[in-house]
Amino acid sequence: MATVINISDLRVEYPSRELGSKTKVAVDGLSLDVQQGQIFGFLGPNGAGKTTTMNVLLGFVEPTAGNATIFGVSVTDKSARQRLGYLPELTYYYKFLTPEELLRFYGKLFRIPKAVLEKRIDEILAMVELQDARKRQIKTFSKGMQQRAGLAQALINDPDLLILDEPTSGLDPIGRMKVRQIIQRLKNEGKTILFSSHELGEVETICDRVCIIHQGTLREMGTVQDLVARHQCNLEQVFLRVVGYEGAVPSRPGGVTV
Amino acid sequence: MNNILAVSSVVMREMYRRKDFYVLLILTVLITLILGSVNLFNDSNIVRYLKEICLLLIWISSLVIAITTSARQIPAERESRTIFPLLAKPVSRTEVLLGKFLGCWLASGIALVCFYLFFGIISAARESGWPLGSYLQAVTLHWFMLAIVIAIALLGSLVFAAPSSNNTICFIVIAGILLIGRHLHKVAVGMEQPSRGILTLLYFLLPQLGWFDVRERITHNWPPLDVGPFFLALAYALVTASVFLFAASWVFNRKRLQ
Repeated sequence: MATVINISDLRVEYPSRELGSKTKVAVDGLSLDVQQGQIFGFLGPNGAGKTTTMNVLLGFVEPTAGNATIFGVSVTDKSARQRLGYLPELTYYYKFLTPEELLRFYGKLFRIPKAVLEKRIDEILAMVELQDARKRQIKTFSKGMQQRAGLAQALINDPDLLILDEPTSGLDPIGRMKVRQIIQRLKNEGKTILFSSHELGEVETICDRVCIIHQGTLREMGTVQDLVARHQCNLEQVFLRVVGYEGAVPSRPGGVTV
Repeated sequence: MNNILAVSSVVMREMYRRKDFYVLLILTVLITLILGSVNLFNDSNIVRYLKEICLLLIWISSLVIAITTSARQIPAERESRTIFPLLAKPVSRTEVLLGKFLGCWLASGIALVCFYLFFGIISAARESGWPLGSYLQAVTLHWFMLAIVIAIALLGSLVFAAPSSNNTICFIVIAGILLIGRHLHKVAVGMEQPSRGILTLLYFLLPQLGWFDVRERITHNWPPLDVGPFFLALAYALVTASVFLFAASWVFNRKRLQ
């Protein structure tokens, strides 16, 4: 399998707001790679460095040290984003546009030929179940519909890699289910997905591999089955143990309390 | 250019779907029509006052449209977080900025044409002639002046955090340049050093927006400017706007997006 994402010894520092400290290390020595066709769960508590790592991959933040590539192209090169789709957490799209216009706008940025773009818009709006609302301005949309419009924009270029930052955050159970179904469908189509979420049950169901980062460093990485077998507990308990909430985790079989 | 045009089309769509432009046009029409309907002091030259007031309203409205539209562009993208999916596409920050500039400038140009059409109809109704050459020159100079204003407002939106503070600062700066800036060198002549030097330097550093104001020529039906100074003013506007856009691009490319 080809490597889609490669992160090597990544370090990101920010100017610190704390007195007496010049910099804050958001990511420290992170190395990982994601293979083609995988759904890779990117886990960690708030402030762990997940979004910073994603921001590096998307070219929003320049790494202090180390490097990252997408399809072998450095993330600092804008062509690295040609085969990429990105769904950010809680975004309110241009409310004066209709989903059709939104997709047409983003499609133009990928230089998709007009006829192909129109066909693609029809397909995606059907996939995210927004075909009936295609002429309505986004300002009239519910949160779930906005999130599906967001997913639609991430798919406009038929990307080989999708970066989804908490795609089900803030959605009701029906909205979550719809988004999950779409992700499952994309997985079946062979797309590579980097997926960040706090919904560990969801991650356990969907992801092939996961990594857990905490305080900017990689703490665990492997398939969900590997982690569960190694720690002899479910993914949520693995997560709590790795980030230092050992007291919240029941003892391992055999009487050893962790 | 494809990306710049795509971004500018969204800005223009936003302008015609928002109500600001329509409100300002209706206000200008109403005020001018009300003033035109009363024959103050039985003055036969009342049409000159009417033209002067109508042109003043057009200038104020155009500055309001240009500054408020451009000042909110990038802060609104950041606030609604649409900047993230936008920059995750194969588009550079400079292209986004230039697209915003072009969109605001074209939208302001369309608004100007509507305003000046109304002005032309009013003056044609009160005077027998319709000096098309003078009007075209006035619209063109006005539009190129707005290019400088929009570039300043875009730069301001990247320097000042809140759009409201940027709006206020831009209005004060532009009004200051228009009202006082053009007389600074005359004031400097009567001053002692170093104030004289500082004021003279300031006069040459500030954009000469007064060069684009040919309202007096229109009001008094004077002939249009010669071709030489006219094209020199247009070239000056393009160079000055480019300097501010270059500065804005420099700031934007170094801005951390979080």
